[in-house]
Amino acid sequence: MIIASTLTTNLAILVLAGFIGFVVISKVPNTLHTPLMSGTNAIHGIVLLGGLLLVGLPGLDGVSKGLLVIAIAFGTINIVGGFLVTDRMLEMFKAKPKPKPAAEDEAHDGEGDS
Amino acid sequence: MSNLPIATSFLQSESFIYVLYIIAFALFIQGLRGLAGPTTAVRGNRIAAVGMAIAVVATLLNPGEGNWGLIVLGVALGAAVGIPAARNVKMTAMPQMVALFNGVGGGAVALIAWVEFRHYGSTYGTRTVHIGGELGHGVVLQTGATVQIAGVPAYVAIFSVFAAIVGSVSFWGSNIAFGKLQEIIPGRPISFGSAQQIVNLVLLILALAAGIDLVAGAHSEVLFIGMLIVAALLGNAVVLPIGGADMPVVISMLNAFTGLSAAATGMALNNPALIVAGMIVGASGSILTNLMATAMNRSIPSIIAGGFGGSGAVAGAEGAGEHAGTVRSTSAADAAIQLAYANRVVIVPGYGMAVAQAQHAVRELTKELEKRQVEVSYAIHPVAGRMPGHMNVLLAEADVPYDQLREMDDANPEFQRTDVSLVIGANDVTNPAAKNTPSSPIYGMPILEVADSHSVIVIKRSMNPGFAGIENELYFDPKTAMLFGDAKSAVSEITAELAQI
Repeated sequence: MIIASTLTTNLAILVLAGFIGFVVISKVPNTLHTPLMSGTNAIHGIVLLGGLLLVGLPGLDGVSKGLLVIAIAFGTINIVGGFLVTDRMLEMFKAKPKPKPAAEDEAHDGEGDS
Repeated sequence: MSNLPIATSFLQSESFIYVLYIIAFALFIQGLRGLAGPTTAVRGNRIAAVGMAIAVVATLLNPGEGNWGLIVLGVALGAAVGIPAARNVKMTAMPQMVALFNGVGGGAVALIAWVEFRHYGSTYGTRTVHIGGELGHGVVLQTGATVQIAGVPAYVAIFSVFAAIVGSVSFWGSNIAFGKLQEIIPGRPISFGSAQQIVNLVLLILALAAGIDLVAGAHSEVLFIGMLIVAALLGNAVVLPIGGADMPVVISMLNAFTGLSAAATGMALNNPALIVAGMIVGASGSILTNLMATAMNRSIPSIIAGGFGGSGAVAGAEGAGEHAGTVRSTSAADAAIQLAYANRVVIVPGYGMAVAQAQHAVRELTKELEKRQVEVSYAIHPVAGRMPGHMNVLLAEADVPYDQLREMDDANPEFQRTDVSLVIGANDVTNPAAKNTPSSPIYGMPILEVADSHSVIVIKRSMNPGFAGIENELYFDPKTAMLFGDAKSAVSEITAELAQI
């Protein structure tokens, strides 16, 4: 009974999260697809939590500990690398209006074609 | 297991940890919403990163946490590898990097599932993890303690085994995708030919059979490892036969897979942050995968079945035979003159521009043309390069103004009044065969209708067919002139010639 309620609650969360994912992400313009892929990549690095939870269990043998250290390292790479890379990509998008005043003269010569 | 779920302090109470998880996944959702617009995207990514930090802290507050040395070791190792890699990667190598980060995520999922299995095997009948607990209801907590003796519920085993299989497939598949894009492994399809689908199917059935056996109560770690290996072989077998043209779709699919496997890990560990974050990634990856497959007029099953490689290579060989010897080549000086006296130039960038790092050279060329009152725009095919948005990222890096970028649907009607289309390292996305030749493997794929413009200059390293392995009819069009060479040096040469006119 109790287990079932945990399961069903989690299933409800799972289904709702899926719908939220569809709704939130279907609005992203083409231009941002690469950063989006990279950003969602970083988010699934959350599996790190799984490693962190299990490593606290009592009675782990050496092999399990070794596997978990690798898992934690993998998860960390996924998170840290993913967010950093996404940030680098997005900075370039964001930087666009800023450098314009500086490099404006040349860039603006032939503009107005829209 | 002396730690009863009853809180010893507020900070370590399950309710508090659960609330932190709720904040974390709310931030993930808010962050992804931010990614929807160029102006909010940077902040969106950072919001998601903050959410991640909160989720990690919440997990570390868990009273059952221990082995801090191992945690520090793992995180330090990961940071030492991940930070320099992310800092130093070139924008052109971004797809590989995404594949690699995706792969380690899948690897982590598989390893976690393996440890779960090892742990359940040695202390059977114990509920191992109760973070987030029984949802923080006082009464339920009481019963939760009893559950620990009742054994692992079947659904935990099912989700765990599912995560193991999918994680392993994702890890190996992503590594192969990385190898192919990095050109460590040949980009051309490698397959067992017609037996490929049978091999894939057999591997899938074997993995599932092992998984079912494990869930049913086979306590064999050898079987579990065998299942991981079979899933690894499946990951290899699925991605190896896929040609480079389909690689963006595959990376996106594997991204979705890793997300789903993370959600499954969350179901097994009863962790809401994992469930929500994993599932959102699963949903987004599925959308992207579908979008890319649609843009290429390919169905996802046929990509996975490895169909493109075989048929594409054959058609390419035939095409080469038909057309041999009708290609016109040009020089940088001629191209410069042609461009200088055009009113309207459309630049069509592709993977060749990315490989040659030619985006800055292209920007210089554009500036030079704009000085001469030539109207320049860029036509971006949704799957140009190896990922959607790949070209946009590179051109943004080179400070190309947004308003010069045209998406396919906006660009196509304008080709008819374009004097010169300058194709820089793009191939399959310009191939008129997609419109004209029903027998072509890419027939029906939406293309940039470059052939409609008054003249075409194609900068290309050689006459080798593109990643799809198909000959491009555009190159044999009398309007088309080929400028052979590396994209960057060819563009720079044109710019230099322009300056002298």
